[in-house]
Amino acid sequence: MAQKQDTSILHLSNIIKRFYIGKPNELQILNGINLDVYEGEFVSIVGASGSGKTTLMNVIGLLDRPTEGKYIIDGVDIDEATDKELSYIRNQKIGFVFQTYNLVSKTNAIKNVELPMLYAGVPRKERTNRAQELLELVGMGERMKHLPEELSGGQKQRVAIARSMANDPAIILADEPTGALDSKTGRVVMDLFHKLNREQGKTILLITHSNELADETDRIITIKDGNIMGEKAGGWNL
Amino acid sequence: MMMITENIRMALTSLKANKSRAVLTMLGIIIGIASVIAIMTVGNSLTLSVSSAMQSMGANNITVSVQRQSSETEEREDGIVFGSVSKTRSVTEDDYITDEMIYQLLQDFSDSIEAISVSESVGSASVKSGKNTASIQVQGVSQGYFTANDITMIAGSRFSSKESTGAKNVALVTDRFVDDLYGGSYADAVGKDFSVELNGQTVEYTIVGIYEYEESEVGINGSSDNVTTTCYIPLTTAQDFNHSKNYSSISVIATVGIDSEELATKIETYLKGYYRSNQYFTVGAYSMASMVSALNDIMGNITMAISIIAGIALLVGGIGVMNIMLVSITERTREIGTRKALGATNSSIRMQFIIEAMIICLIGGIIGIILGIMLGAAGAGLLGYSASPTISSILGSMAFSLAIGIFFGYYPANKAAKMNPIDALRYE
Repeated sequence: MAQKQDTSILHLSNIIKRFYIGKPNELQILNGINLDVYEGEFVSIVGASGSGKTTLMNVIGLLDRPTEGKYIIDGVDIDEATDKELSYIRNQKIGFVFQTYNLVSKTNAIKNVELPMLYAGVPRKERTNRAQELLELVGMGERMKHLPEELSGGQKQRVAIARSMANDPAIILADEPTGALDSKTGRVVMDLFHKLNREQGKTILLITHSNELADETDRIITIKDGNIMGEKAGGWNL
Repeated sequence: MMMITENIRMALTSLKANKSRAVLTMLGIIIGIASVIAIMTVGNSLTLSVSSAMQSMGANNITVSVQRQSSETEEREDGIVFGSVSKTRSVTEDDYITDEMIYQLLQDFSDSIEAISVSESVGSASVKSGKNTASIQVQGVSQGYFTANDITMIAGSRFSSKESTGAKNVALVTDRFVDDLYGGSYADAVGKDFSVELNGQTVEYTIVGIYEYEESEVGINGSSDNVTTTCYIPLTTAQDFNHSKNYSSISVIATVGIDSEELATKIETYLKGYYRSNQYFTVGAYSMASMVSALNDIMGNITMAISIIAGIALLVGGIGVMNIMLVSITERTREIGTRKALGATNSSIRMQFIIEAMIICLIGGIIGIILGIMLGAAGAGLLGYSASPTISSILGSMAFSLAIGIFFGYYPANKAAKMNPIDALRYE
């Protein structure tokens, strides 16, 4: 269904990423990736570890620049963007969800959710209100004042999802979000992603090594040795 | 502005999370600032009290005194100063400053000299009245003396000119003296006679005036229980007693508006004329102002030198802050990566850690200032002078501790700002 939309929010053409660990040890992780993701899509990227899916994720998330190739995110060619502009795009257009949650320790749930808004310059009161709303949305309304170390893995991940939504980004990048969770909590997290995709029209990119989870998404892209091996429509596992 | 308040909040959160470490880091700053403040306080109060003591002796006073001719004896090749009897002798009446010299000086410098004060020590003694005793030091003074040395009269009056020139046995004593000897009202004590044994001679003096005893004399005279106070008698009386006519030293009071240092040089040159034929003795003139400024210079230098040492303590403290900040950013690498992923720019990360370093230094600085004020007050109390640190030194140390925060916080903060976000995110 989503492929039919003509607005591509992410456009990658011939993306190559090399690492230089000394001249003879040049390592090419991505071998010319071509990929378009459309607005409102729920796409999963599947691959074994070492396949290059994390590197691809870093490039898409603007945490790393590609060595070669063209990458346009929401109309911005990142080749021409400065580091400061990349920070701005990360802040405004991308929401990150990590396998290891990456909540800031010693800082309670609500403050963690406020962080992206802080960097966006949102006034204090507005920040707090929005963070409360988001925590309620992910079912964490009762534990807003709790520190990360007082929360379970699933709860932490729900806080992280609320945080990824803070500046209402167009894209959510989730890197193995259920990787550290048991299947029952993983289910809760996945349901949350579906809800955000369905109800708020978020474009979601899910990186996983689980074919089962990938099957739930609209489109499944398989990556192997830095190449896209194929893609197929999913969405039949729901 | 919003970022700054948020950064301060974040800094306080992270300090609270690691209290003992924060306190240990601050310790260097606390010790440094506290010692700077304490030293400055003690130094300032010492300088102030010494120079004000000297001021009260008269800032425009010039002391002229008879000195040994030094050049000839010191220039001897073998360096022995007292080798030749013919070259040195003890001072005699003829070497002293005469009334004639004083008279001429007053004539020739009438524009720049307000008064000439002459005093002559007679001796110390203890006075008995019934069971009570009081120690006094008897000093003969000219009328000009009180122009140079201000005293506050409580009862009676100063010497009349008749008493001054007539060599009368009258005396000005302190309120302490009266308290120790008679008790009772000061007015009653005026007119009383007391006898003193001075240099084997018993003399009787009549009290004509009582003046206020000033505490600052304690420093020289010792314990406050049994104080030796000064008893003034007319100069002529003292001369009669000592069988002397001339003076070993005089004080010249410059007219207001006259540069006393310059006048001192002129007087010295002038009076040296009288000593041209005297191989052994000459005169020297020193203004109080030059002594005060020389003293202030010395005190300032000492304070400065100790402050530099304290400054080194601050430097070490600052390096400690830098060290802890480096440890802290290493520990918080993942947090830095996360913040960057969430949209923090390099400059906002830099700002966060510089502010954190500044907060450590500022809190340390404030504790140090409080501690320093307490130490300074305690130190000044031990010395017997009241002390107050200057506002400028407090603000200065506050600003300095913030500057340390910026200076030593910049390098770690910049290191954090330049971290590669993926490396930081994956840091274990």
